[in-house]
Amino acid sequence: MVELILFWVFALLAVGGAFGVVVHPNPAKSALLLVLTFFALAGEYVLLMAHFIAIVHVAVYAGAIMVLFLFVIMLLNVPEETRTSRLWGIMRYAGFSLAIILFAEIGYFGFKGFQTAYVQETDLGTVERIGQALFSKYVLPFEIASILLLVAMLGALYLSKRKLEIVGDGKAAPAGKKAEEVLVEE
Amino acid sequence: MQAVPINHFLILAAILFGLGVVGVVSRRNAIIIFMSIELMLNAVNLTFISFSNYLNDIEGQIFVFMVMVVAAAEVAVGLAIIVAIFRLRETVHVDDIKLLKW
Repeated sequence: MVELILFWVFALLAVGGAFGVVVHPNPAKSALLLVLTFFALAGEYVLLMAHFIAIVHVAVYAGAIMVLFLFVIMLLNVPEETRTSRLWGIMRYAGFSLAIILFAEIGYFGFKGFQTAYVQETDLGTVERIGQALFSKYVLPFEIASILLLVAMLGALYLSKRKLEIVGDGKAAPAGKKAEEVLVEE
Repeated sequence: MQAVPINHFLILAAILFGLGVVGVVSRRNAIIIFMSIELMLNAVNLTFISFSNYLNDIEGQIFVFMVMVVAAAEVAVGLAIIVAIFRLRETVHVDDIKLLKW
């Protein structure tokens, strides 16, 4: 019973935060609402007996990724979104109808089955079990993940280090001449 | 035995995924589009962990671990690209950056 109440509290926090992310015009506040969603999701992971994933989720998402987001928002000084684009009206309806179709598809599957399946008490998500799996059967994906992170780090460094300039005007191409946008090294 | 059915978690994940789709399709700010993508990745993670518990199998949680690694890499490179575009164009509005769009 306590678990069910906790589930609903975390679920309402997660959905409310996610809704705020999507509709709030200010990117900084959107990012903070996303942090709220991540904390609520970590609560759901604990309810599902995935303790290690819950902690890693808070550390990686709320701790690292959202700090990066807020840092970029601070650097760029992005203004609040003004909805002047005439496309926005069309896109809003397209977005909501797409989302409702998607929700009907995914949610029907979730609703149809698993109604009598309850969360099991298990030690599956403890650090010990995850570590045993990660360093024996899944050691190769684990090492490849480290290479992926290294490549991403180098890519981010390379993109932010070099001098950028626009070659051509970057507007629509006139006949016979292509407007090209080339990143030029110094 | 606990009191929460698995399908509650699956429907919550579906709602979060739908909200992420709305964000990607309707918002025009590149940073908020990125955040909506993170939201969708998290909905998928929740589904993975629900089924990991349901099947009593650890593979789902290992997969969530890998999804987190890929999300971290994606955010690092993606935000670097957004900063580079901002240095060139002074904008992160995706309607202003459509050279490659049909």
